[in-house]
Amino acid sequence: MAAQQEMQVQNKQEANQREESTIHGRAFLPLTDIYETEEALTLVMEMPGVEKRGIDVSLQDDVLRVQGRIDFSKYEGLRPVYTEYNIGNYSRSFRVSSTIDQAKISAETKDGVLSLVLAKAEKAKARTIEVKSAG
Amino acid sequence: MSISYGDPFDTLLNLQRALEARRTNEWLQDSTTSMGPFPPINVFQRGDDLVAVVELPGVNKSDLEVQVRENTVRISGKKAVGYEQGISVHRRERLSGDFDRTLRLPLQIDPAGVKAEYRDGILALYIPKAESEKPKTIKIK
Repeated sequence: MAAQQEMQVQNKQEANQREESTIHGRAFLPLTDIYETEEALTLVMEMPGVEKRGIDVSLQDDVLRVQGRIDFSKYEGLRPVYTEYNIGNYSRSFRVSSTIDQAKISAETKDGVLSLVLAKAEKAKARTIEVKSAG
Repeated sequence: MSISYGDPFDTLLNLQRALEARRTNEWLQDSTTSMGPFPPINVFQRGDDLVAVVELPGVNKSDLEVQVRENTVRISGKKAVGYEQGISVHRRERLSGDFDRTLRLPLQIDPAGVKAEYRDGILALYIPKAESEKPKTIKIK
């Protein structure tokens, strides 16, 4: 069963963006699941350590950009002795089709996972075409 | 080396460099036993005590268990990734499953004093050193 399998560490991939960030330091790509229903496109992104107020979502020119800032002041006074992963802000962009209703994007965060629901515009919803017989 | 926060501009970069530099550290080598290497753990020192920071995004607090015995800390639980019915999946990168990892610390800890905090997918364990581990100043006659 899938639930019984041994979990492996998914090493963080560094975000490689077209534009350079104004903050120096490394940014990472959040692991993302994307699925579609008739009504919406849903993105589920893992951003451990990112609080609600650290999340920034924008949609411009069909590019959905998601940024998550971590609060690294929590690491103040801590001296690393053994490390297995690095930390940094998260950043990832997706090209979405123009069928998204910009006004209807909802976001929710829980346990370091951001869920973004992008509602489809009316015209983009699948229609069933009735085939008429030319009898 | 302690992370310097004197210049906020360099804070993140300094922290990232310090974390990277400790990745080859052998301090805990062969002392983490487990079913697998998940979840990844960072260990920090703060004063006399240790702080272990574990990334567990998407794990519900009720599915997470932390046990302490002598100088070992065991972190176990399950990570579930659920999908609704009738969807078409475009991209699937997140993993799910059971995890069980034990961290054996190379020093005596105070098991009763361990505190755990889980927030935004991050588990922080505050592990105090046992009194017997703390250095004592010897008075020179």
